[in-house]
Amino acid sequence: MARVEERLDTGLVASAPADDAARPRLRGDLARMPWVSAVIITVLVLGALAAPLIAPHSATEQSLPDKLRPPAWEAGGSRNHLLGTDVLGRDVLSRLIYGARVSLIVAAVALLAGGGIGLMVGIVSGYLGGRVDSFLMRVVDATLTFPTILIALLLAVSLGPGLGTISIAITVLIWARFARVVRGEVLAVKARDFVALARVHGCSHLRIMVVHIVPNVLNTFMVLLTLHIGFVIIVEASLSFLGAGIPPPTPSWGQMVADGRSHIASAWWLSVVPGAAIMLVVLAFNLFGDWLRDWLDPRLRQV
Amino acid sequence: MTAAAPVVLDVRNLRAYLYTRWGVVRAVDGVSFALREGETLGLVGESGCGKTMTGLSLVRLLPEPAGRIVEGQVLLEGEDLVTKSEAEMRRIRGRRVSMILQDPQTSLNPVFTIGDQILEALRLHHGDGARALTGRAEEALRRVKVAAPEQRMRAYPHQMSGGMKQRVVGAIAVAGEPRVLIADEPTTALDVTIQLQYLALLKEIQARTRLAMLFITHDFGIVARMCDRVAVMYAGRIVETGPTRAIFRAPRHPYTEALMGSVPRMEGTVTRLPSIEGQPPPLHDLPGGCRFAARCAYVDDRCRREYPPTVPIGPAHGAACWRVEPSPSSR
Repeated sequence: MARVEERLDTGLVASAPADDAARPRLRGDLARMPWVSAVIITVLVLGALAAPLIAPHSATEQSLPDKLRPPAWEAGGSRNHLLGTDVLGRDVLSRLIYGARVSLIVAAVALLAGGGIGLMVGIVSGYLGGRVDSFLMRVVDATLTFPTILIALLLAVSLGPGLGTISIAITVLIWARFARVVRGEVLAVKARDFVALARVHGCSHLRIMVVHIVPNVLNTFMVLLTLHIGFVIIVEASLSFLGAGIPPPTPSWGQMVADGRSHIASAWWLSVVPGAAIMLVVLAFNLFGDWLRDWLDPRLRQV
Repeated sequence: MTAAAPVVLDVRNLRAYLYTRWGVVRAVDGVSFALREGETLGLVGESGCGKTMTGLSLVRLLPEPAGRIVEGQVLLEGEDLVTKSEAEMRRIRGRRVSMILQDPQTSLNPVFTIGDQILEALRLHHGDGARALTGRAEEALRRVKVAAPEQRMRAYPHQMSGGMKQRVVGAIAVAGEPRVLIADEPTTALDVTIQLQYLALLKEIQARTRLAMLFITHDFGIVARMCDRVAVMYAGRIVETGPTRAIFRAPRHPYTEALMGSVPRMEGTVTRLPSIEGQPPPLHDLPGGCRFAARCAYVDDRCRREYPPTVPIGPAHGAACWRVEPSPSSR
């Protein structure tokens, strides 16, 4: 018996640890990374950070003699204003670059706050279950029935427009989506034996939630976060378009689309340029989120 | 042999009920047994008879909020665990009573390395510095015969086989040097050769630490190999308890007898394995008398009316059946 054991043991050692198999295989997966998305996202972030350095003109300074210049490649366009100018003679490219800041700040604040609240609510709700769970999930249900734009407009009107308001409005709207998905994941994780064993070993409920459950739902959470960046940018743009977003003269993409609306027949670039920017960025983030999900999920990861 | 050892765990008339929307499920309904130092007691019975619930109620980890201990005592070295506060229980779990569960695949947290998980268990019970703890963790792995512990410390659960994982679970379970180990079907998910190794390992740990083990299983082969005594559970109660040899040789309760009859044997030809007709009664709607009455071959009127008392038969052997006559030798 003892001898058999030894032999089997050494057999197991022979097939022993390949340490780096634990990590996702970098080379193969990077090749599948959506490079176009990554480039767009990098350009966006760098542009927003370095806006004062790279913007060719001020975003707010008006110059009426230069108004409604078409982009450089159109007849009548000039090198000085690569993407043309608007009704007040402001440089569209510069406004686009500064506008990226608004989009990113709102996305960052709203996702951190909304995602954070959602993560906490989801974990508490899923872990504790029972009445707490029923109550929190009904609140989530109620939140998800709010018509997005209407609530944001109400908030904007009552709090006054501005960066803070729009961030709060979007936070209020998205936390519930996070809470619901995270709760589902927690339910699945909670049912596994290591949670019960953690209690057997003397862990408190709080410790189990923070140390054992959170890392197991973090993958899902990260993916959810990336997939919501696009959503937040669209909501922000919609609110600005409706005039409930960032007050002028601070440039924001949604507002730029709105401003160009009345000149669409004569100066198409006013709406089309920021509109295309929104579309590209949202698409980039969504593709990136899809890739991240595949990358983080070992079952979907191709060998 | 073990009769002289002190009793570590004494369970008296334990009742643990689950309050569900279908009614009160009497999963553990008046269970009593004692566990001595260095002894292994096998708790056997078919699925749903309350074995696991018994194990969980000993460490007060019944599913919340449905499960509740309604009566009885769980005396661990003389202290009643039923009346302890949750904070006190936290200090007792892992340190004085520990547990191994059935499925090694889900018993370890997939996002942490083996080392981190053993360290966590150790850290909760020892105040040592980081380096001393790492040494202890490697030692714990070596004790459960995991080869190359220094490297294994950095491995993730998915990089190990089921048998290896279950060894790690064992290492974590005994990290706090508990007095009592509840093993809930620890080998069910392992294949047969690994099962033998694992059981030998548990025996070895037990021999070294004088651990008292409650071994929950439905595999009589394992019972024969592992257990000094057996308690047979049926519908929330222990119907017969006795030394393993006596239970195998001369089962007295009709249920134990029927169970033994349905274990396949190597010798002789069997055309059809005997089985016990019918189903156990639902635990939320138990009959008045003996719970085995509906399936018992020897049933009479009294069985249907009254639950039989546990009758002593031999040394440390007893059965709850009206047919059993107390043996003169035990008087």
